Amino acid sequence: MYVAVKGGEAAIENAHRLLADRRRGDRSVPALRIDQIVEQLALGVDRVMAEGSLYDRELAALAIVQSRGDLIEAIFLVRAYRTTLPRFGYTKPIDTAAMQVERRVSATYKDLPGGQLLGPTFDYTHRLLDPELANGGDADEPAQREAPSERMARVSEILAHEGLIEADGELPDDHVTGDITREPLEFPLARDIRLQALSRGDEGFLLALGYSTQRGYGRSHPFVGEVRIGEVELELDVPELPFAVPLGRIRVTECQMVNQFKGSAKVPPQFTRGYGLVFGQSERKAMAMSLCDRALRTREMGGDITAAAQDEEFVISHADNVQATGFVEHLKLPHYVDFQAELDLVRRMRAEHDARENAGAAETREAAE
Amino acid sequence: MKMDRRQEKDVEAARRSAMAALAAAPADALKRLCDEAGLPGDAQLLRGPETGLVTVRGRIGGGGAPFNFGEATVTRATVRLTTGEVGHSYALGRDREKARLSAIADALWQDPVRRSEIEEKIIEPLRVAQREADARKRAETAATRVDFFTLVRGED
Amino acid sequence: MVEAETIDGSFANPVFDAQSVFRAIMDAMARPGTIQPIDGLARPPAPLSPVAGAVALTLCDHDTPLWLDPALQASPAAKSWLGFHTGSPWAGTPADAHFALVSKPAELIALENFAQGTQEYPDRSTTLILQLDSLVSGSDLLLEGPGIEKMAMAAPTPLPRHFVEQWKQNRGRFPRGVDVILAAPEGIACLPRTTRIKTMEA
Repeated sequence: MYVAVKGGEAAIENAHRLLADRRRGDRSVPALRIDQIVEQLALGVDRVMAEGSLYDRELAALAIVQSRGDLIEAIFLVRAYRTTLPRFGYTKPIDTAAMQVERRVSATYKDLPGGQLLGPTFDYTHRLLDPELANGGDADEPAQREAPSERMARVSEILAHEGLIEADGELPDDHVTGDITREPLEFPLARDIRLQALSRGDEGFLLALGYSTQRGYGRSHPFVGEVRIGEVELELDVPELPFAVPLGRIRVTECQMVNQFKGSAKVPPQFTRGYGLVFGQSERKAMAMSLCDRALRTREMGGDITAAAQDEEFVISHADNVQATGFVEHLKLPHYVDFQAELDLVRRMRAEHDARENAGAAETREAAE
Repeated sequence: MKMDRRQEKDVEAARRSAMAALAAAPADALKRLCDEAGLPGDAQLLRGPETGLVTVRGRIGGGGAPFNFGEATVTRATVRLTTGEVGHSYALGRDREKARLSAIADALWQDPVRRSEIEEKIIEPLRVAQREADARKRAETAATRVDFFTLVRGED
Repeated sequence: MVEAETIDGSFANPVFDAQSVFRAIMDAMARPGTIQPIDGLARPPAPLSPVAGAVALTLCDHDTPLWLDPALQASPAAKSWLGFHTGSPWAGTPADAHFALVSKPAELIALENFAQGTQEYPDRSTTLILQLDSLVSGSDLLLEGPGIEKMAMAAPTPLPRHFVEQWKQNRGRFPRGVDVILAAPEGIACLPRTTRIKTMEA
């Protein structure tokens, strides 16, 4: 039986009003401006763009304000917004080798062409809270140094010369690039589909899974071949122009995780790779993604699935925090009728249980007498 | 006069480069330059300005098979000048006025008589600003490059 | 250089025109055989007709691969008009098409060549947009099925060869099968896959 219940409209309306008030907070404190969030909470904005899967700084910043800083709620808002827009097409694949690099480090080669560029990193900071920031805290202008104009080859290209590392991931010629925003998932997944799901996946979830592979649950012997952050050009083929039209640049983070691989029946010993590519400056996410990408290739490498991070149905089905939050949080919505049915059931089972207990007790008494 | 294929290619490349400068331009800089250049504001809008999405593609491992990794907002416009030229614009973001002005600039650029004026008053200043910003960023990044010192240990 | 005719001729009010045409298509699908006039008219280059053009503008976008019959395929103006205004990619084969635009229905390849959908996803089939001369001056067809109280009549012309027989086979594939939008100067009429067709003689 389903009983429709109406009511609560006034309560809901007032709750929204209260939310708007609490979101704004103390009116004597100046309201946040979008450009302040874009400029000063840039990495939070980047996370919302990456997991909201929409590159638009101002929209991500707006979502952060509207969600009172609840980033998953902000990601939800961005995802909802993007469904209202028409789609103009697929860009040409970005060329990360042509990136205007802002940071680039390798844990495998000290002297790689282009050098180790630390960029704006938290690494090597002392993680001491800076009380001066509480009062605004002016920053010095950054130092400058003459920049060489050498092309910054990806580290994978360096190892490739020796033939000791697998090639960039190719898929069969007739493979049509999949798109999880258009077609439902059908397992098993091709690697392109997995990467799309991982790139918008929850940072915390992927981080935990990546960590689990390091602790022995599907070990893959990883080194960071390279992490690079910077801006790449986007281009789009459109029917009205005879050339790919330039759209401007976006910032991305790319991670090439290199894994020692002792070989299998199918593959000789070599280095294999996991790949991470994420919107914005999101190094932790790109690294976690590349660990997960490699773990999810276990079967392709002839290995057995023994750990959670290697199980694509487990990882990909649970990586999306908008889906996850929807299903977990729906539990708080009215389930009055469901619960009423459960209550009846438990009462009946309890009555039967008590009846059995009483009957048993009576028998024991009789036997004792 | 009919252009041969090579000339046509050169014009296409130059137009593409101008469109790249327009797409990358900060909206306020473009608006100011268009104002100063006195661009005609009365172009007929044939499409847009409208905001939509492009799906952004990367390559597996950096150079392998393509995959989709997210979407980006793009705003585009198509205009026609009273003189007949049709101009297009596409750029990341949601600035409709920037899209309209860029399409007008693209239309004017196609008129060989106006081309050098558009290049000089709009495209070149945008390029210069972009080059300077890029050079500054590269220099700031280069300052964080690690210089390794080889430590000599033990006896020679 | 883009020719003017490939750029002109879209909806004057893109949102409202597309909404009114969509409404007409929905009504025509819900009540097979009824003729729904099309308000938001497009002005596409020949051989694409204004009504078929309006339907294409309303339904097609970047996510819907479009198949063109040879006559449209041979018209660069029609192709670039559709490309510019809908953004639809071209379907490599009829079986990849979400929509098919047909300017010469009498010469159309068999319906079974188009995407029929799958048992799990019967919606993944091609919707054909047939450009006709008239919805009322052909030979009479009797229509039955969901959305028709007892019986409806239509007299579209010209139709694909052996259309009544082909349609029977299409019905036989249910829940798979194609749906058809008939676009003529009078407006549009639809034949969803659930509709049964009988000829007057039968």
